[in-house]
Amino acid sequence: MSSVRGTTRQYWVAIRSMIIFTVALGIVYPLVITAIGLLAPSQANGSQLSVGGKVVGSALIGQSFTDKKGNALPEWFQSRPSAAGNGYDAGASSGSNQGTESPTLIKAIKARKAAIAKSDGVDPASIPPDALTASASGLDPDISPAYALEQINRVAGARNLPVADVTKLVNSFITGRELGYIGDPTVNVLELNIALSKLKG
Amino acid sequence: MNNTWLFILQALTVIVVLGLLYRPLGGYMAHVYTTQKNLRVERGFYRLIGVDPASEQTWPVYLRSLLAFSLIGVLLVYLLQRIQEWLPLSLGLPPVEQGLAWNTAISFVTNTNWQSYSPELTMGYTVQIAGLAVQNFASAAVGIAVAIALVRGLSRRKSLTIGNFWVDVTRGILRILLPLSVVAAIILIVAGVIQNFNPFEHITTITGGSAVIPGGPVASQEAIKEIGTNGGGFFNANSAHPFENPWPWTSIFEIILMLAIPFALPRTFGKMVGDNRQGYAILSVMGIFWIASAALLTLLESVGSGTASQLAGAAMEGKETRFGIVGSTLFGTSSTLTSTGAVNAMHDSFTSLGGGLAMLNMMLGEVAPGGVGSGLYGILAVAIVAVFVAGLMVGRTPEYLGKKLGGREIKMASIYILITPTIVLLGTALSFAIPAVEASVTGTSMANPGLHGYSEVLYAFTSAGNNNGSAFAGLTASTPWFDTALGVAMLLGRFLPMVFILALAGSLAAQDKVPVTAGTLPTHRPQFIGLLIGTILIVSALTYLPVLALGPLAEGLK
Repeated sequence: MSSVRGTTRQYWVAIRSMIIFTVALGIVYPLVITAIGLLAPSQANGSQLSVGGKVVGSALIGQSFTDKKGNALPEWFQSRPSAAGNGYDAGASSGSNQGTESPTLIKAIKARKAAIAKSDGVDPASIPPDALTASASGLDPDISPAYALEQINRVAGARNLPVADVTKLVNSFITGRELGYIGDPTVNVLELNIALSKLKG
Repeated sequence: MNNTWLFILQALTVIVVLGLLYRPLGGYMAHVYTTQKNLRVERGFYRLIGVDPASEQTWPVYLRSLLAFSLIGVLLVYLLQRIQEWLPLSLGLPPVEQGLAWNTAISFVTNTNWQSYSPELTMGYTVQIAGLAVQNFASAAVGIAVAIALVRGLSRRKSLTIGNFWVDVTRGILRILLPLSVVAAIILIVAGVIQNFNPFEHITTITGGSAVIPGGPVASQEAIKEIGTNGGGFFNANSAHPFENPWPWTSIFEIILMLAIPFALPRTFGKMVGDNRQGYAILSVMGIFWIASAALLTLLESVGSGTASQLAGAAMEGKETRFGIVGSTLFGTSSTLTSTGAVNAMHDSFTSLGGGLAMLNMMLGEVAPGGVGSGLYGILAVAIVAVFVAGLMVGRTPEYLGKKLGGREIKMASIYILITPTIVLLGTALSFAIPAVEASVTGTSMANPGLHGYSEVLYAFTSAGNNNGSAFAGLTASTPWFDTALGVAMLLGRFLPMVFILALAGSLAAQDKVPVTAGTLPTHRPQFIGLLIGTILIVSALTYLPVLALGPLAEGLK
């Protein structure tokens, strides 16, 4: 067999195999997995949360609790800063990608610190790191328990609720480490806020 | 519990699971690539593509098949992107622009999965599943095939052939990658990774604002993305996105997925050369690097030096709350020491030295454990050089596994080692040396000013040349320069080394084995493990010290 013919033949084999692989791995495989996913419809469709029969979000995707201008609404627990679009845009997940010596990032952290110290009436030095930094996805559904506890006075004040009731609520939403050592403790902000909206004074 | 204990326990979890997988998975893979039996579905497939599975190929034919298969892959992925507007389930997205489509096609075929684009704004579901995910399987199988060909070279005697490329790729996909992916995808779905064909859903939140719930066949893609050490995210935020990686334990699970095959291949190697101790020696080198690098990155990020990190109280910029520091550093280490390049935290926002360490991980040549297949053939090339160096020191003809290492073998291994640094250093240098390019790089592409901006460029070429795919993602890489230059870097960084590895395989296979004598250097003892570690450090890492000093070292030690 001449090498030219051999090489041409290789390309025919390559084309045919790539077409078959595309059908098997690119179409059949994802469809089969999707069919299996029908057995776990809640997870496969995004772990949606509903209030009064209406979908208000996903338990896994963070949201912002701000007004149209992006100002924090004091009566809701606030999520972390976000670099996804204009903040928590799940159509454009992203981190800030600013390095630790970036003047932009340094300025942003100073501004966030001052804003939270003012709105929450706390010592700037006591604000936890996650409150001052944007997450990797820009869709972090969680905040640290420290940041949730730090916001209690503001939220309770804005809603005229007893601080003790809100504290109890927050404590019941703290999720510890998996198996005691995997991951960090978290509070899911949307789940907490949904429960908060049902809390009567 | 402090980060030290968290690190020890989480790393131990990964190590224990990988330890349990080592013998069964490695042994199974050795069986897959040595058995004469074909499955019925495989026989049907070989008939359809016109290949005789019993026939064997010389190394040049093996290489030509590999290149033909990969070229067709590039063309197909390019085509699918360019006709996106006419494809179903494309979410109304337009065709992908030429330069970006070329870059992306190469990126996925070379197992790099560098992404110059934001997937949710660029790629519809059909391109993702029928274009990109298919290459996740194919490129991974190609990598393993080349490693197996090299191992055959070491284990065979006086053989003109090194296997059949089509059989190796088919078995890799059908018997290894696909079954593992199905199992992993199901586990991921149960955990909360989405798997649907819904469009992105717009909803009203409890505050009356609006929000989006993304859709997509994510779990099926996430599974092979990790198992095939590909790393291309379904979403821009990659494995930091809660729909790709919802929980701390799924993050550990994904780490295990990306390490499973690369860490089990030494067993496959040991089995195929008939001496399991050889596998353990290679495994030890890989493992020592992984543990040391993960511990160091965890330390650097836990200390969290740097202006912004100190101001915030911890290096949490670009990290998810649920993973914390340790979950992020374990993932980042595993991803950059393999050719995965997936991220669950933004490496651009790591501390200066931490980001530098992620780069160094790739600069080691991705051999600890490296990508699927590429890690094993990479470390075997360095092992050959290590044996040669030892031979020079004692003045004996070097032998590895009974094969004489003559001028030809050493040349092949040396050229292999030189290729990637050449690509990385040349690409980075040209980015700043060509005035027009430099204007675009500093004006448009760099997201951070000064030293860190330079690090972004260095990271990009390191990632492309080593086929990793992770990024200092602030860099805007969808420019003509980066689309083209990184495309070339990925292409050369993938296929040139393969040429020399297959040539090496051919030349080793043709040799007879020489008997072991008292003067043969044992390659399964701690002495050799130390020698190989030293060789990797000196040969690979020292090459890059000057360029690291200009970027992350200068920034971090300031």
